[in-house]
Amino acid sequence: MSRQSLSKAHKKITELSWEPTFATPATRFGTDYNFDKAPKKDPLKQILRSYFPMEEEKDNRVFGAMDGAIRGNMFRQVQERWMEWQKLFLSIIPFPEISAARAMPMAIDAVPNPEIHNGLAVQMIDEVRHSTIQMNLKRLYMNHYIDPAGFDMSEKAFANNYAGTIGRQFGEGFITGDAITAANIYLTVVAETAFTNTLFVAMPSEAAANGDYLLPTVFHSVQSDESRHISNGYSILLMALADEDNRVLLERDLRYAWWNNHCVVDAAIGTFIEYGTKDRRKDRDSYAEMWRRWIYDDYYRSYLIPLEKYGLKIPHDLVEEAWNRIWNKGYVHEVAQFFATGWPVNYWRIDPMTDEDFDWFEYKYPGWYNKYGKWWENYNRLKHPGRNKPIAFEDVDYQYPHRCWTCMVPCLIREDMVTEKVDGTWKTYCSETCAWTDIKAFRPEYEGRPTPNMGRLTGHREWETLHHDKDLAQVILDLGYVRDDGKTLIPQPHLDLDDPKKLWTLDDVRGINFQSPNVLLNEMSDADREAAVAAYTAGGPAGRPAPAPAA
Amino acid sequence: MTATAEPTTSSAPPENVRSFPKPAFTDAEAGAKTFPSSTSRSYNYFTPAKKRATTYEDVTFDVQPDPARHLTQGWIYGFANGPGGYPQDWTVLRSSDWHQFRDPNEEWEQTIYRNNANIVRQTQQNLENAKAARAYDSWTRGWTTFVERDLGAWMHCENGLGMHVFTAAQRSAPTNMINNAMCVNAAHKLRFAQDLALFNLDISESGLPFDGSVHKAVWHEDPVWQGVRENAERLTAIGDWAQALFATNVVFESLVGVLFRSHLVMQVAARNGDYITPTIVGSGEHDYSRDLAYTRVLFSMLARDEEHGEANREVLQGWLAEWVPVSLHAAHQLQPIWSHPGERVVPFAESLAAATADLTNLLTELDLDVPKELSE
Repeated sequence: MSRQSLSKAHKKITELSWEPTFATPATRFGTDYNFDKAPKKDPLKQILRSYFPMEEEKDNRVFGAMDGAIRGNMFRQVQERWMEWQKLFLSIIPFPEISAARAMPMAIDAVPNPEIHNGLAVQMIDEVRHSTIQMNLKRLYMNHYIDPAGFDMSEKAFANNYAGTIGRQFGEGFITGDAITAANIYLTVVAETAFTNTLFVAMPSEAAANGDYLLPTVFHSVQSDESRHISNGYSILLMALADEDNRVLLERDLRYAWWNNHCVVDAAIGTFIEYGTKDRRKDRDSYAEMWRRWIYDDYYRSYLIPLEKYGLKIPHDLVEEAWNRIWNKGYVHEVAQFFATGWPVNYWRIDPMTDEDFDWFEYKYPGWYNKYGKWWENYNRLKHPGRNKPIAFEDVDYQYPHRCWTCMVPCLIREDMVTEKVDGTWKTYCSETCAWTDIKAFRPEYEGRPTPNMGRLTGHREWETLHHDKDLAQVILDLGYVRDDGKTLIPQPHLDLDDPKKLWTLDDVRGINFQSPNVLLNEMSDADREAAVAAYTAGGPAGRPAPAPAA
Repeated sequence: MTATAEPTTSSAPPENVRSFPKPAFTDAEAGAKTFPSSTSRSYNYFTPAKKRATTYEDVTFDVQPDPARHLTQGWIYGFANGPGGYPQDWTVLRSSDWHQFRDPNEEWEQTIYRNNANIVRQTQQNLENAKAARAYDSWTRGWTTFVERDLGAWMHCENGLGMHVFTAAQRSAPTNMINNAMCVNAAHKLRFAQDLALFNLDISESGLPFDGSVHKAVWHEDPVWQGVRENAERLTAIGDWAQALFATNVVFESLVGVLFRSHLVMQVAARNGDYITPTIVGSGEHDYSRDLAYTRVLFSMLARDEEHGEANREVLQGWLAEWVPVSLHAAHQLQPIWSHPGERVVPFAESLAAATADLTNLLTELDLDVPKELSE
């Protein structure tokens, strides 16, 4: 379709909407934002006549590549280290995608602009595409990769695992609470505009470097839809900015959404890229370098900062602090170490780091070895069963962390942990911003202003609470992370499938008591709690307990 | 504001040396080794409807988690006044297992794009051919006016239902299988509405005396269309997603949608020299037959639920009592348009009788009593 006929066709389809007079569409999802004064902003022109064939063509290319990968025996060249992390990633990501589809009517309810409605409805269809194409990719991995365990229980594991729950925010956050907070600021303005860059562009390039060219095929195809979604979000954002009263909410939501996306996405994608790769060329970008390019330069400097002139208050401090956490506070390394500590309750295997990895980390992150090297050496030493327990239950100078009540990533930068009694429970937060999110932002009033539509943080937010004081073997059985012989664990702290003696079984983890740090914290006396918190915040890096005070 | 220092390592490769990842043969393909679960190559967390899971089930089932199944930590975000996620009480209907529902169309991305791309391609080819063949020249004046006004008014209805009934409802059902089916239903409606709008645009540019903008006034003001508009608007105002689906796909579509598309347009277009409109409206009818198929399966499941079937049937009966009169009223108000085409080959009473017979059959299949209004 030519550009001229596209414009004409688009103008024609805008005639389809009308102002109802008998009854107005049900408002299922409220917002505290106001759009009465908003000038209508156009998103990209989207017409289903050209949309469906375009997407079909994109699909055909994806499915052609899938056929080619199988015929070309791609799995003879994929790195197991990489593929194992896909068991986690691909269990999470189809849910955020489908949640984005579900979020569209929330934005439609909230924003009185039929042209945006049209763009949002097209996005809804895109998101069904993304979710199912990703599920189908995972199905292919399950069928053709050497170790299907973990892929085979994917969506169940996603729903009952601590890491799945962290990822689930990137999905539930799109569909719950204030419609604009969820479906516009969190989903589109931050998640899609900023963080799909690392999710769908940076990560696939790492996949290709590890012999997997299907992940880039699928995810670049997905990413090619994102520019339209970004346009939808931008249009709504500009409409919201037209009303002064919205600005305090925009400031709140941008702070929450930015920080939560950083906590969640950088934890996961940073780990996959840095610890899931075998590509240790020193001139390949580290996650920090990718982040600087894709998030800091492309999003923050090129997209966000220019919005200041429209009155948007940009969370400069949080952008800088996110970078500070990644570059100076070792956020990604701390998270990867935690994932590896918790290997018995994962549904994927984690390869130990080698000397070549150490060398690369030291080159990319000077000082890395002094912080993390010893622990990874211990991980390697303790990787097989028989003479030792899983590393989390051995003395390796690591204190199992408290979990952040808000982002649910543990409080790994120990000195930043905030502890507060909120709603009658002692809660720990990884940062001041996560504490603010729970205590101030997700409340029915914000800075003296009623916010009756704002959501709530709910659920059993500390995963360990569900399994407190149980035998570790029972925890794993309850989770279902056991292979089809009924005893070998799906997770393993290594990739050695050759020798059955090297594979951990339920017997190897029986008799180990599993405990929840939050339950224990709440059981303490005030004095003990204060001392425990002080000791915890004095600990780290790399999870090291604080040295005992001199006698 | 001062930015924190950038990374200090250099990414520049040594001069004149290309840097690229080195392929490594890992032998990580299925079957390379035998170990526990090495042959576990199907999703094992749900029970397929048949012996083997279909691709549709594999890519759809459990993607929307459920605290009643595997979601142990529960929904981690809530609404201000209630739980988050997909509460089952967003409809008054109850199911002993919502997850039993499977879309008989097995819609996932490949089917969505293949089907709809086929339709828009065919539609475009038909329209190009019509233009080249000057097909509109042979239309009767009465038929041209019918297409201009009545078919023009109808496209608003399709768009409104697509945007504010089906797009809205797909946020709310308790399973991914149901929500995806409604989402595809929305895509059908929106595409069909746009197909009609672009058809209208084509005719406007064909040189035929044709007012391409009058459809808005007809939809808004022409008394014969106000019953349909009122019905459509009231459907968009329903908060209960299942009621919206039932009142639209079972009641409204049978008594108004099919009445207009199948029992009027498809019957009289050819007699009025028009072989184009039926190809477009026929695709809308085809969409509806797919959409009715999933609707029928869903409400059959609910009406026959061992635990809740009786209560559900009572609710559905109440919805029929509420919505059948509204849609019958809309249908009767439309009656005058049966005389708009130049060639009138089908009387309104006959069309309505066919539509009510279809609905009667559908309700019988659902074990529901046929409202008395349908037999009057």
